[in-house]
Amino acid sequence: MLQIRGLAASINEKPILRGIDLTVPAGEVHAIMGPNGSGKSTLGYVLSGREDYVVTAGTVTFNGVDLLGMKPEERAAAGVFLAFQAPIELPGVNNANFLRTALNAIRRSHGESELDAVQFLKLARAEAKRLAMPDDMLRRNVNVGFSGGEKKRNEVLQMAILRPKLAILDETDSGLDIDALKIVADGVNALRGPDFSALVITHHQRLLDHLVPNRVHVLAQGRIVRSGGPDLARDLEKSGYAGLVPEAA
Amino acid sequence: MNAPVSLGAAGFLARYDAARHLLSGDPSVRDAAAEAFRRSGLPGGTSARRPEAWKYTSLRPIAETALQSLADDRDVSALLARVPALDSPLVVFVDGRFRADLSNPPAGFSTFAKQPEFGDLARPDRDPMTALNTMLAEDGARLRIAAGGDAGVVRLVSLATGAETLHPRHVLHLEPGARLTVLDVSIGDGTYLHNPVTEAHVGADAHLIHVRLQDESADAFHLATLYVDVAAAGTYDGFTLNLGGRLTRAEFHVGLTGAAAVAHLNGAQLLTGTQHADFTSVVRHAEPHGTSRQTVRNVLAGRSRGVFQGRIEVARGAQKTDGYQMNQALLLSPDAEIDSKPELEIFADDVKCSHGATVGELDAEQLFYLRSRGIPDQEARALLVRAFLQEGLDDVTDARIHAIMEASVQGWWDRQSAQAITERANATKAVGA
Amino acid sequence: MPAATETIDTVQALADTGYKWGFETNIEMDLAPKGLNEDIIRLISERKEEPSWMLDWRLKAYAAWLKMPEPDWAHVTHPPIDYQDLHYYAAPKKKAGPKSLDEVDPELLAMYEKLGIPLKERAILAGVEPDENERPPIAVDAVFDSVSVATTFRETLSKSGVIFCPISEAVRDHPDLVKQYIGSVVPVADNFFAALNSAVFTDGSFVYIPKGVRCPMELSTYFRINARNTGQFERTLIIAEAGSHVSYLEGCTAPQRDENQLHAAVVELVAMDDASIKYSTVQNWYPGDAEGRGGIYNFVTKRGACRGARSKISWTQVETGSAITWKYPSCLLLGEDSVGEFYSVAVTTMHQQADTGTKMIHVGKGSTSTIVSKGISAGKSNNTYRGLVRILPSAKGARNHTQCDSLLIGDQCGAHTVPYIESRNPSAKVEHEATTSKIAEDQLFYCRQRGLSEEDAVNLIVNGFCKEVLKELPMEFAVEAQKLLAVSLEGSVG
Repeated sequence: MLQIRGLAASINEKPILRGIDLTVPAGEVHAIMGPNGSGKSTLGYVLSGREDYVVTAGTVTFNGVDLLGMKPEERAAAGVFLAFQAPIELPGVNNANFLRTALNAIRRSHGESELDAVQFLKLARAEAKRLAMPDDMLRRNVNVGFSGGEKKRNEVLQMAILRPKLAILDETDSGLDIDALKIVADGVNALRGPDFSALVITHHQRLLDHLVPNRVHVLAQGRIVRSGGPDLARDLEKSGYAGLVPEAA
Repeated sequence: MNAPVSLGAAGFLARYDAARHLLSGDPSVRDAAAEAFRRSGLPGGTSARRPEAWKYTSLRPIAETALQSLADDRDVSALLARVPALDSPLVVFVDGRFRADLSNPPAGFSTFAKQPEFGDLARPDRDPMTALNTMLAEDGARLRIAAGGDAGVVRLVSLATGAETLHPRHVLHLEPGARLTVLDVSIGDGTYLHNPVTEAHVGADAHLIHVRLQDESADAFHLATLYVDVAAAGTYDGFTLNLGGRLTRAEFHVGLTGAAAVAHLNGAQLLTGTQHADFTSVVRHAEPHGTSRQTVRNVLAGRSRGVFQGRIEVARGAQKTDGYQMNQALLLSPDAEIDSKPELEIFADDVKCSHGATVGELDAEQLFYLRSRGIPDQEARALLVRAFLQEGLDDVTDARIHAIMEASVQGWWDRQSAQAITERANATKAVGA
Repeated sequence: MPAATETIDTVQALADTGYKWGFETNIEMDLAPKGLNEDIIRLISERKEEPSWMLDWRLKAYAAWLKMPEPDWAHVTHPPIDYQDLHYYAAPKKKAGPKSLDEVDPELLAMYEKLGIPLKERAILAGVEPDENERPPIAVDAVFDSVSVATTFRETLSKSGVIFCPISEAVRDHPDLVKQYIGSVVPVADNFFAALNSAVFTDGSFVYIPKGVRCPMELSTYFRINARNTGQFERTLIIAEAGSHVSYLEGCTAPQRDENQLHAAVVELVAMDDASIKYSTVQNWYPGDAEGRGGIYNFVTKRGACRGARSKISWTQVETGSAITWKYPSCLLLGEDSVGEFYSVAVTTMHQQADTGTKMIHVGKGSTSTIVSKGISAGKSNNTYRGLVRILPSAKGARNHTQCDSLLIGDQCGAHTVPYIESRNPSAKVEHEATTSKIAEDQLFYCRQRGLSEEDAVNLIVNGFCKEVLKELPMEFAVEAQKLLAVSLEGSVG
């Protein structure tokens, strides 16, 4: 489903990713771990098309199409969803309105009919309920005045409604209590299926307890330095990254 | 020059016509300034409509005051005693004339009298008081700090003894990387007009701290116009404390003409009686990545009137500008007035500019809190006013100068506060009854 | 169910670009000769069958106007206006004033239909209201060039004592009311354009809400400039007696033309004890073309007097049109605890210039005012907020809060904020805040990551930016205003 070959990217001419090779087959969940500053968030931004990151080498294909040639909204329509590490506030923009606009834009691009307000609210309320989120979350402005945990849960709600094919979760678990963590994991697990993959960027094993990954990759200094099964995450929890990170160049 | 002077703009022009052949410097510059002044007059000096820049300040009181020179050689020892003590070079002007005998000038010092050059920042064509100064300037300080040099603190002092009008022309020139702190003090006795024009050139990476202490006599007019040019990564850090004078105005024109230049234009005005003080500034961001910061606080007692006009201009292309401006006023008396016009004029899109203004009396909850802890009403008020001012003075970072400013505020306070607070307390009582 | 109504789904329906209200209507016109002099004023007065006191009042205004200079302080520039090169009276030809809608020229009805303005009472009454919260119908006064062509629901309104009619009719039918109030809020010589309006105004709406009456429906006026080389000078007067309440809406459009047209209206509002007037405007006059040719000069004086205790006047405006806008809807807060509000969205694109804001004059004890201004500049336009808050010594305990935010889209436009704050009462509290910024890159990216196109993302963010103001509009207008914002900003992005 997702094939990354030799991907290098920089911001403000500073190289961050230095040749990433990664394949995520359909239906699999892969975890990305690694020390701070290793390029984990950059990978999420580059895959979703943030324009201040410049791709300097490599290719990314997603279900056979070249992802790097697409605008952010085209990638979203193709099924790429990034759960932001720090979700953005949109003052005055009501959450439900925002999500309906997004959902209908994506549906339109697939030639599907748009949902009217009533249909949408029915869907959104059902998802909110399933994720144990209060109804008023939909009425409030996007992320404005949300607590850290609410913002993260709002990202999961958006994901549940937009039903992406590839979800990239950028430290969605950080700062969450154990109940909220479970909601996040449940949100991803509910989408799991043959057509859904996820890249889960995290520092902690505890999310992976609820969201068992098929593969775990360690990113350091812009490269994947180690890959393995779910056990790798548990080993890292014990021994840290010390043995894995190459000496500073 | 001891002949009685006719009033208003005509008086100044007559004086210029009489003295023209005696004045040094380029006569064409003086003539052009005289022509501009003939057209503009003193804003408010006639029935003609005042220009927008003078919306809240009329110079009619100047136009109606006979400003006559007094006998020469007056004793200045009392005034000298009021010059802030500081172990630093000292430049003293008495009635607008440099006095070498009273001074201890730093390296790089000269005078306008010796070098009568008009700079290129001043705008006599646009600004009437600058036109008047350009027409009549005879002396002033010229200070040049060589590249990379640190000149420490220099005290620039104007003592006025009641002689008619002073039009000093000062130039501060900081070459790249130079550093200088100027403590600019204006004090005096009697009735006079002090109309200084200052040009400050702040070179690349240079840093000028300019602390102005205006404590003129109660009958004085003080109209200072300052033109500042800041080159790339240079900083102009200005603070003005307005305490004295009957009618005063500090008018700044600051151009941030190099990338990442910085200007701070802070100030505080403490007014009582029928004082009128005007703080006017224009900061023009001409290049990207500039920063400007401005907080001006007003404490207004009696029948005083405070004016704040501040404009931030961001030119097309001056992206990433960061501008902030705040004007706060505490009205302590039912007869005081504040007029505030904080203005943004922005022609670039990637900028962060904001301004704010708050006008009101002391916070009732704070006051109650203090009183509930046993502090009497008047003391509590005094405490809060002082706290409000203290925050402003914190913008003066040099500890020695900070202490001087605090002492000046204390002096003002000792002279005025009892009266101001009594007035306020009576007003409250009257309304409460 | 706010979530259902707060949608921007109509944006797609308006995807084609350009000014959509630019068509011209072919109607046989009765035009006064060009130029302005006493004879023209006499002619206007005669056509309107006015009493002599009205003519005298006009002539007095004209005499004052002749002596006044044109104002030059606004942040706008335009070539000098030749006041002798305009028609001061233009009206559709007809026998007598239409007594009912059936008599209105079908071409005109068709035009208003095209503009989406409901002039047919039957249609509205029988209309299928989709919303569950049963909105009452809206009464409309339609002003076409110089005259009012139709006013709907007059009979329904008159049952509750509300007078809603063209002002020219009020001059004849309710002379005492008009005489008492006209020029009492905006004196004839208040300013250059108000004086001009007082001399030559041709029509506009008159509203009188009797004591204690809550006006049973929204009142609205649609203004349309059609004829070439005409000035439109309408005059609106709204009087809300003690304890009454009225919500009034106005909308404006004009055909697309290369020359500039002058619109100099005067609106006067009077609110007595406990009365409240809500005045909403969606201004969409023709803004000129991409090169800055043509468009309306919108020089308007709007002022309300809160005369009574606890009276309230609330101005809401969405300004997207006009080549130049010069207007400062103001409140004179005379009554104790009176309330003034000003909510404004001003969008400028292309070469548009807007200098708009408000004046809040606090005289009454405990009077409060709120100002929320959202300026959006794009293209090569200039957008200025200019506002005055004045606290007089009598206004003990007065409060003002002002929030002015500017959003810049593109680096060729300008956004300016010019507040004047004058306080002469220590117990008054005035707060002013202003910010200027552009749409944050991370906000745009966030929206696009969720699948929104850049343009939709900008619309969404701009609508969010304006939300505080848009929520003050009656619902129908809010939807229309959202569409207008989207259309106005089309092509400004990227």
